[in-house]
Order: sequence, then structure tokens, then C-alpha cells
Amino acid sequence: MFQSIGELIVLFWTTLRAFPALWRNRAKVLDQIFEIGNASLLMACILSLFIGGVLALQTGPVLVERGLGQYVGGMVGISMCKELAPVMMAILIAGRIGSAMAAEIGSMQVYQEIDALRTMNINPVHYLVLPRLVAISLVLPVLIIFSIVVGWLGGALVASFNHQISIGFQSYFANLRNLVHVRSVVGGLLKGLIFAMIIGTVSCHQGLHTLGGPRGIGRSVTKAVVNSIVLILILDYILTRLLMFAD
Amino acid sequence: MNPVPSKSEVVLQVRHLSKSFGNVHVLKDITFDVYKGEIFVIMGPSGSGKTVLLKHLIGLDKPDKGEVLVHDKPVQNPEVMEKYRLAMVFQSGALLNSLTVGENVGLYLTEHRLKTPKEIEKIISEKLEIVGLSNVQNRLPADLSGGMKKRVAIARALVIEPEFILYDEPTSELDPMIAVTIGEEIVRLRDRVGATSIVVTHDRDLAFGIADRIAVLFNGNLLFIGTPDELKQNTNPDIQKFITAEFRFNKKNAA
Ligand SMILES: Nc1ncnc2c1ncn2[C@@H]1O[C@H](COP(=O)(O)OP(=O)(O)OP(=O)(O)O)[C@@H](O)[C@H]1O
Ligand SMILES: [Mg+2]
Repeated sequence: MFQSIGELIVLFWTTLRAFPALWRNRAKVLDQIFEIGNASLLMACILSLFIGGVLALQTGPVLVERGLGQYVGGMVGISMCKELAPVMMAILIAGRIGSAMAAEIGSMQVYQEIDALRTMNINPVHYLVLPRLVAISLVLPVLIIFSIVVGWLGGALVASFNHQISIGFQSYFANLRNLVHVRSVVGGLLKGLIFAMIIGTVSCHQGLHTLGGPRGIGRSVTKAVVNSIVLILILDYILTRLLMFAD
Repeated sequence: MNPVPSKSEVVLQVRHLSKSFGNVHVLKDITFDVYKGEIFVIMGPSGSGKTVLLKHLIGLDKPDKGEVLVHDKPVQNPEVMEKYRLAMVFQSGALLNSLTVGENVGLYLTEHRLKTPKEIEKIISEKLEIVGLSNVQNRLPADLSGGMKKRVAIARALVIEPEFILYDEPTSELDPMIAVTIGEEIVRLRDRVGATSIVVTHDRDLAFGIADRIAVLFNGNLLFIGTPDELKQNTNPDIQKFITAEFRFNKKNAA
């Protein structure tokens, strides 16, 4: 385990050092961005609508009972942007995109395409890892913004139409605007950025270290997703704690 | 074939190369030299370690012991790849499946920005023509037959205009006519640009047809190294069996 963490750090560092090669690989970055966005945007929106909705549904009646009904907006607003949007989007992307990255690079490893790149003096980190890592780091924060907004909307819909809550759009968003600071949103985006780098590095690393034929690809994919999610959840706690100091 | 002048420059040296995977000793203390511009053929039965040896020659695998020197520098040295162009044609072709055939062939030029897109386009069709393919630029590798993939891989190596070109079974999936064309192309490449070729093959016709020297690998040991004529006269029973193996069963009995 410590060895893979070491390898992860080395891969991440090598990728960072490859940054000067980014401009010439910009077409690949755009391709990846398009691919990731295409694969995940709709799912992200649907997921977020329901997450916001269920948040309002769970907290609304409890708050109303205690005469705190007007706080539903702030409750959903803060939970979405600080916690749920970054973490849920990261998990979604780990499952949807991290797995695809590990599978693609893994099959290139198994079928010697990466060896072929090396013999052409093309660095696989520049050619494969860098564009993916940059693309995922750009896309995930954007997805999180979508998720936050859609989640707020989902909460608002439930808050106004559920007869146990019945808080109108206007007071919902007024309260939300009162309690949610730009700082909270930025903090959530920062988390997302770090999660994206985790997913990209872990998935590419698993892909590059695929061993033993087609069956190895399956193993790499599973490991990429599971390891990403575990790291995301652990780091989420640490990052939340750190962001509290900044608050 | 023209014999190699005895004072030819040594461009590639293999020194006491050993490699094991787990407890399987694949290469056992291999030592040989390759001269500039020669066609050096490595023969040997399946599983004898030919592919593993080639991968060491181009620096894809790290030896357990010993070293590979290109112009006296270790092949792992990044400078070697920059300065001396080495190309390898993989046994399976190893085309990038996400790219079209044309993009595969032109990859080296586009990635290293050596030519304008127009020039690259021209070079791609030129090299594909050499290996007897046309109108395949826009197809994906998955849609090609095994032999076509192999030829695309050869075209991709030719594009590099390499100083060293390593072929892993270049003719194994080709029909006899194209096999001959590829053999001729290997010789022509040497004559045109002085490329040094290292060819792994079981194809005896190809080996005796194009080799300046032949090495025979058996269970990870280098059993023989010399000219094709010397090989034919060698009396080692393993080598004799390998180079004279033929179908000898009686057709009547088989039926
Ligand atoms: N990555 C690896 N891990 C473990 N064993 C390996 C590996 N690569 C090769 N081998 C073993 O090394 C031996 C030699 O393999 P190699 O591919 O070099 O054979 P070859 O001479 O090229 O055979 P063929 O003519 O069938 O291609 C085989 O026994 C193979 O199982
Ligand atoms: Mg082989």
C-alpha cells in the first residue's frame, strides 16, 4: 500500500513537471473535456436534483416542527456547496470517468501500445496522463457548480411543494443567500479540484500498472474506482477540517 | 548477401545480458555485437526469449544483469533515444486502437512536430504504399486483418527513418508474396539510409534470404552466431533440427 502511495506521488509529480508540454497537447485536453462532460453532465444534474430534494425532505419537516422552517434554504444551500456537491460529483466521476481512464490506459498497457509509444520516444505521461489529469481537474469543479445550482433548485421544489414544509421559493432563496457565503462555494470547488487530481492520478496509475492480460484490466478498473473513493472520503474529512481554520 | 566488412563499426553491443521473470531464466548471459548497416537475424524456437531480447535492445525492459550499449551509451540513457532513432515493429503490431491507421503511421511526426500536416499526409501514403496498402488511412486498426496490422506497424516504423530498426516476426502473418516484399524492403532500407536491422523470425526463407549474420537463441542461450552459410554447415544437432525441420509424415498413413 505504501508503495502504491509512493508511486502515486511520483506519477503526480512527473505529471506536474510535464506541464510545459500542455500547450502542444491542448487538442487532447479538449477532447477529454468534451468526453468527460458528455458522459457525466446529464447524470450529474439528475443526481443533484434528487440530492437537493431529499435534503429538503429530510430536514424540512424537522425544522418546521421546531418553528425554524425558514432555515430550509440555508440548510440545503450550505450542505450542497460545502459537502454534497463536491463529494457526490467526485464519486460519480470516479465511477464514470476514472474507470474509463483505467480501462483505456490499462488496455493500452496490455496490448503494448504504451511500449510502442515509448519506442517512438513519446512520453506516455505527456501523451496520456497529462491531458486526462488537466481535463478532469477543469471539468469536475464546473460539474460541481452545476450540481450546486441544480441541488438548490431541487431543494426549493421540494420545500415549496411538499405540504409538510411549504416554504415558498422566495423565502427559501432569501435564507439561502443569507447563509451561504461565496467562501463556502469556493471551498467546495477547491475540494473538487483536489478530488479530481486524486481520481485522475489514481486511475492513470492503475492503468499504467496493469499486469497480466485482459483480466488485469478489470482488476485495474475496480482498484481505480475503489481506491479513488476511499481516498476521496478520507481526504474530505481532512480538507473540511482544514477549511474550517480558513473560515 | 554482401558479407559485412570485417572492420565495420560496432553500433550495438550486448554484454552479459541476463533476465529472469520470477524463477524462469529467460535470457542467460547473452553477449554479441551488431555492426553498422548489417541485417542481423535472430532465430529460435517459440518461447526461447526472442521477444524479451528485442525489448531489452530497445530499452523497454531492464536487464537483471549486463547491459545494452548503443554507440557505447546505455540504451536506457534518454539521450540515446533522442540522438539515434530506434524503431520497433512489435509482434502484434501494437497499433494505437483509438487512432486511425493514418494517424498511427504519422504519429511520430505529428507528436514531435517534425513536418507540416500536408507533408505528413504525403509521407503516410508513401509509406503505406511501400507495404502494399492503399486507401486504409481512415480505417481503424480493429477493422484490419492481422497481416494488414503488421504492415501498418512496419509503415509506422519506416516513418521514423530509423538508424536501428527492430522487427519482431515481421512476416509471421503475411502471405508469401508480401513476405518477400517486406524482406526486400528491409534490405532496401538498409541500402538507402544505412539502417541497421535486427530481425527476429522463424521464417527460414526470410532469414537465409536477407541476413548478413544469424544468431540462434535456444532456451535463453545464444547457441550460434555467424553467416547463413556457416549456419547451414553447423553440426549442432539442435540447430540442425531447427533449420531443417520439415513435414515428413506419410500422407497415406495420415489419411
Ligand atoms: N512479462 C513477462 N513475465 C513473465 N514471463 C515472461 C514475460 N515475458 C516473457 N516471458 C516468458 O519468457 C519466455 C520467452 O518469451 P518470448 O516472448 O521472448 O518468446 P519468443 O522467443 O518471442 O517466442 P515466440 O516465437 O513465440 O514469439 C516465455 O517463457 C515467456 O513465458
Ligand atoms: Mg516473440
